Amino acid sequence: MYNDKVMDHFMNPRNVGEIQDADGAGQVGNPVCGDVMRITIRVEDGKIADIKFRTFGCGAAIATSSMVTELVKGLTLDEAMEVSNKAVAEALGGLPAQKMHCSNLAADALHKAIEDYRAKHPANSGA
Amino acid sequence: MTSDSENKAGVRRVYLDHSATTPVRAEVMGAMMPYFAGQFGNPSSIHRWGREARAAVEDARAKVASLIGAAPQEIIFTSGGTEADNLAIRGTAWHKRSKGNHLITSSVEHHAVLHTCETLEKEGFKVTYLPVDKYGMIDPEDVEKAITDETILITIMHGQNEVGTIEPVREIGQIARRHGVTFHVDAVQSAGKIPIDVSDMNIDLLTMSSHKMYGPKGVGALYVRKGVRLSPQATGGSHERGLRAGTENVPGIVGFGEACRLAKEEMPEESLRLTRLRDRLIGGILDSIPDTVLNGHPTIRLPHHVNISFKFIEGESILLNLDLMGIGASSGSACTSGSLEPSHVLLAMGLPHELAHGSVRMTLGKGNSEEDIDYVISVLPPIVSKLRDMSVFR
Repeated sequence: MYNDKVMDHFMNPRNVGEIQDADGAGQVGNPVCGDVMRITIRVEDGKIADIKFRTFGCGAAIATSSMVTELVKGLTLDEAMEVSNKAVAEALGGLPAQKMHCSNLAADALHKAIEDYRAKHPANSGA
Repeated sequence: MTSDSENKAGVRRVYLDHSATTPVRAEVMGAMMPYFAGQFGNPSSIHRWGREARAAVEDARAKVASLIGAAPQEIIFTSGGTEADNLAIRGTAWHKRSKGNHLITSSVEHHAVLHTCETLEKEGFKVTYLPVDKYGMIDPEDVEKAITDETILITIMHGQNEVGTIEPVREIGQIARRHGVTFHVDAVQSAGKIPIDVSDMNIDLLTMSSHKMYGPKGVGALYVRKGVRLSPQATGGSHERGLRAGTENVPGIVGFGEACRLAKEEMPEESLRLTRLRDRLIGGILDSIPDTVLNGHPTIRLPHHVNISFKFIEGESILLNLDLMGIGASSGSACTSGSLEPSHVLLAMGLPHELAHGSVRMTLGKGNSEEDIDYVISVLPPIVSKLRDMSVFR
């Protein structure tokens, strides 16, 4: 049901964990639907210097979390805000149709983390 | 899931999803083979070919009846468990509509029963869905309290398919009999696994499925107690005493009969063997992995059935890891049900959503050995700790 790329990110997830004293943190989903994702970021010079995730969820939830961390590391915050859930799914070579809505939330968690950073750092919230 | 070829060579294969389906036994397949091409007749035909097929169907009917203590003429062959449930429930509801419009069932029934009841509600019937306790068990007293002058059918399952709890159908049967209400039992998971006696249990209608007990798919049966009337749901010819029109699936029926004969013969020994394996698996997992919970009743449960919730992690991600290690299991997680809600059974038992999502069902069968169980117990702890390390709820 999952392609090789999804299975690779599921079995060998990149950037698992939580950044201590993170500059921004974002959490989406809820246990009722079975997927919860938390992303923490460290920002340097307006760019995502480090990013980590923790996820409770299915194969697609874990793989999209892993993929989004890989996609945005090193990007400016504005660039990272442009990365959509759809783009994450495309980078994984596609997800089963029934997973597109319930488990494909990793970009939302990332955007929340960036918004959290910007709320805490209004002076240097630009690119 | 990944295909067989994607599994690493040399990985042990352990099928632990016998409540989903079972392989057809060699003896069963052997019994079926003559009826595809050689003895291909239509049992309704009067010539030699027809008579051969008729004899085979009636021989199978006697074997199926014998498994549950019924008379052969009380067995109606269907296309499977779902059709038998539909015939029992819709057939009773519509036949008895002039007597009343109330049905009693439980909140942990299979969808074949639940969705049929829900459809009847839209058609004007009233349905009571009884609650269950934390083990998924129905209280017979609740059944009795729910009965009204309008009650025409009580439909309760025997072995719960998701958590393995055995429901008190004998007690419920006594209540149904005392109140003169027709009693249907979905025995798809229990038939051939634990003893069933329709007379002793006061059962009027009972559903069975062939492919859950090493018979072929596409065939099942409804036991209909002598004197119990139903409205047929498929109309056509006068097959199966006018209750189920359509030419009989002769090879399937023959296979089902043989599967029932073997199940009856082997049940005493096999149910003990499975119970030992089941308890070894349950004990092994609960002892070696913290924050795990057995779902379903600890002792009043099907001999082959294990269901465990792993806290902090989700079922599908466990199944994918198990599959890569050659182990086939299932889950009550929403991700594996094709809906956004986890198992209605686990929620009815009061499990919080996280635990329902983190459930894994492992159902044992003839092919499983002690070595298989020990392999599963050795493989699970690293999978669980890896997923927990990744989890938000760690």
